[in-house]
Amino acid sequence: MLNALLQLLPQVFLEGLLLGFVYAMIALGYTMVYGVLELINFAHSEIFMIGAVTGVEAFRYLAPVIPNALLLLLIALLLGAAVSGAVAVWVERLAYRPLRKRGTTNRLVPLITAIGVSFVLQDLVRLIEAIWHNEFFLRMTSLPALEQSFALPGVFVQLKSIILVVVSILMLLGLSYLVNYTKLGTAIRAVAQDMNTAALMGINPDQIISRTFLIGGALAGVAGVLFAVQYTTISPYVGFLPGIKAFTAAVLGGIGNIPGAMVGGLVLGQLETLAGTYMPTLTNGNFGTEYKDVIAFLILILLLLFRPQGLLGQVVKEKV
Amino acid sequence: MNKNLANGLVLGATAVSLLLLLLAPNFLSGLVAIAAVGIVAYLRASVTVRSLSLALLTLGFTLGLARGSGGDLLFIGLLAVLVSLITIPGIPGWIKGLLGAAILLLSVPIAGFTNSFLFELGIQIGIYAAMALGLNVVVGMAGLLDLGYAAFFAIGAYTWAIFGSPQANQFTAGGFPLNGNFFYLFMILAIITTAITGVLIGLPALRLRGDYLAIVTLGLGEVVRVLANNLDHPVNLTNGPQGITPVERPPIDWFRSLMSFFGVHLDAKTDYQLFFYLLVLVVIGIVVAVNVNLGNSRFGRAWVAIREDETAAKAMGIPMLGTKLLAFATGAAFSGAMGVIFAAQRTFVSPESFTLLASITILGMVVLGGMGSIPGVILGAAALTILNIDLLKSFSEYLNTLRQSGATVLGFNLANLPNQFEPAKYERLVFGIVLILMMIFRPEGLIPERRHQLEAEEVKEKS
Repeated sequence: MLNALLQLLPQVFLEGLLLGFVYAMIALGYTMVYGVLELINFAHSEIFMIGAVTGVEAFRYLAPVIPNALLLLLIALLLGAAVSGAVAVWVERLAYRPLRKRGTTNRLVPLITAIGVSFVLQDLVRLIEAIWHNEFFLRMTSLPALEQSFALPGVFVQLKSIILVVVSILMLLGLSYLVNYTKLGTAIRAVAQDMNTAALMGINPDQIISRTFLIGGALAGVAGVLFAVQYTTISPYVGFLPGIKAFTAAVLGGIGNIPGAMVGGLVLGQLETLAGTYMPTLTNGNFGTEYKDVIAFLILILLLLFRPQGLLGQVVKEKV
Repeated sequence: MNKNLANGLVLGATAVSLLLLLLAPNFLSGLVAIAAVGIVAYLRASVTVRSLSLALLTLGFTLGLARGSGGDLLFIGLLAVLVSLITIPGIPGWIKGLLGAAILLLSVPIAGFTNSFLFELGIQIGIYAAMALGLNVVVGMAGLLDLGYAAFFAIGAYTWAIFGSPQANQFTAGGFPLNGNFFYLFMILAIITTAITGVLIGLPALRLRGDYLAIVTLGLGEVVRVLANNLDHPVNLTNGPQGITPVERPPIDWFRSLMSFFGVHLDAKTDYQLFFYLLVLVVIGIVVAVNVNLGNSRFGRAWVAIREDETAAKAMGIPMLGTKLLAFATGAAFSGAMGVIFAAQRTFVSPESFTLLASITILGMVVLGGMGSIPGVILGAAALTILNIDLLKSFSEYLNTLRQSGATVLGFNLANLPNQFEPAKYERLVFGIVLILMMIFRPEGLIPERRHQLEAEEVKEKS
C-alpha cells in the first residue's frame, strides 16, 4: 500500500503547488490590506471571484475572435486584473473610506461592513449573470491549446498548469520588487507602520490605501482567471472557500508579512492536497476528501494555539 | 408643533385608519394604518392621546386580522405598534405591559387561528429573536465578533434530532425515538454541550486579537456544516444532506386541557403552533431577563469595559480570558437551546439551515436593531425574518404573476425577464446592503443602546 501511496506523490505535489500558488496570490491581498488598515477584508474573496468570472466571460466572447490561445489568456489575465483591481478600489472608496473618515474606534464596524460588501458582491454578480446569460453556474470555455499535456515520469502536467505556476511566480517576484524597491512600496510600508507619521512625511494615506487595494485586487483578479482556467467551473459563490483558506494561509505565514503570505499559501496548498488524497486511503474510506476543508481549519486553530504570530511573523506588542 | 394640533392629527389619523380597517381590511387600509402608527410615533402629541391611539390601532389590526384578509401587512402593523410602545418616551409602564401582553397573547394568536402562516411567521421571529439576543451577549455586550453562531444552533438542533427520532437506532441498540418528554431534558443537555463547545473553540481564539475570533468562528461554522453533511458514514450519525425526520415533539395533552380550561378549543393543526408560539415567548422572556441581569452584573460591566477598551480593561484587572469565555459560552448556550426548539417545531433538521448565511442573518439582526440594545435586537430579528420569509417571497410571487400575464413596466415586457431572476433568492444582496448602510450611516442601530446613543451624539457634536 505504501508503494501505491508513494507513486501518487509527485502528482499530489503538483496539485498542491497549483492550489498553493492560487492561495498565495489571494493571501497577499489579505495581508497587504491587513498590514495597512488592520482590517480583515472579507470582500477580498469576492474580488477573486470577480476575476474568475471576468476570465470566463473574456474566454466566452473573445475565443472565437482571437485564435491564439496564449494571446487570449494574456488578454483575459489583463482584463481580470483590471476589473478586480477597479472593483477593489471602488469597494474601498464607497464602503471603507467613509468609516475611516468618521473615525470610529470600534473594530467591529469595518469588519461587519466588509462582510456586507462580500454578500453584496456575490449576489450582484449572480444578478448580472442571471440577467445576462440566464444562469450563474458558469463553465470556462476550454481551449485545446491550453489543455495539451506532457507525461513526465510519474506526473501528468498540462500546459495551463505550467502557465499558472510561471505567471504566479512572476507576479510574486514583481510584487516583492514593488514593495521593497520602489517609491510606492516604501510609501505602503510607511503607511502600514504608522499612518499618521507617514502623513506628516508628505505621504497621502488615502491614495496609498487606494493603491494597496488596487494591487491586492489585481493580484486576486489574476489568480481568479488562472483558477477559472485550471478548475473550469465557476459560480458567484466560488470565492468563499479559497478566500477563507487564503486568509488562513496569511495567518499561517504571519499576517501583515508579505513573504509569509506566499509561504503560508504554498504550505496550506500542499497540506490540503495531501490530506485530500491520502485521507480516504489512510482511514479505509471512512473519512473522504470532503474533510480537506476541515483539515485547513484545524491547522488554523492549532496554529493559533501554539504559534499565533505565524510561521514568519514576529510578536507585535499592542500599541496603546 | 402645537400640541393641540398634534393631538388632533394623531386622533384623526387613528380614526380614519380604524374606520378603514373595520370597513375594508386589505392591503391599502393596512398601509394607511401603518402610516398612522408612524404618525403616532413621530408627532409629539400628549401621552394619553398616543396611548389611546395605539390601543385603538391594535384593536383595528386585530379585528382586521380576525376577518382573515390583508394578513401580512396588518401583522406588520401590530409589530409596528409594539415598537412604538417601546420607543415612545413617557408611556406609563402599566399601559406598555397591558397593551404589549394584549398584542402578544391575544392579537397574534387570533391572527394565527385565521391564517396559520402568521403563526409560523410569529414562531420564526421568536426563534430568531431569542438567538439574536444570545448573539447580542457576545457581539453587543462583549464586542466579540462571532461569525459561526449557526454552528451552535446546529449542534443544539442535531442533539435533539438524533435522539428524538429513529436516527439513533442506526448506531446504538434500539429504543429510539425517545419519549417526547425528553425534549425538555435535551434543552438542558444542548445548553451544556454548546457551552462546552463554545469554551473549547474560544480557548485558543479568545487569547488573541478580536479578528482572529471572527475567522476561527467562521471556520467552525463551516466545519460543523461539513460534519453534518458527511457524518452519514462510517457511522450514520446525521443522515447526511437528506437530514433527519421526523423529530419527536413534546406531548401537549396537558396544554390542550389547560387551554380548554380557558375556553380555547384547539384543533390538530393549530395546537402545536400555539404551544410553540407560547413556548418561544416564555423562552424570550427568560433570555431577556438573563440579558438584563447579566448586563447589570459584574460580568456585564466587565464585558462592556472590554468592548470599549480592551487594554484599559486589562489594566483595571479584569481577567480577559475568563470574562470573554463566559460571554462566548453564554451566547452559544442560548443558540443551542433554540436549536432544540427549532428541531422539534419543524420536525425536520438538515445541514441547509446552518450555513454561513444563517450566521450572518443573525448577526444582521443584532447590527440592524442596535448592538447591545434588547428591544433593538428583537426589532432587528422581526424585520429581517419578515423580509426573508415573507416580503421577498411575496415579491417573487407577485413578479411571477406579472411575468405570466406579460405585463410591461416602463416599456419593458416582463415576460422577457430571465427566469433565474427571482427576488426571493437575493437575500444576501439585501442583507449586505443593510449591513453596509447601517455601518456607514447608523452604526448604533435602529434602537440604540443608551451608551451607544450618547457616543453617537458626542461624535456629532465634535464634528
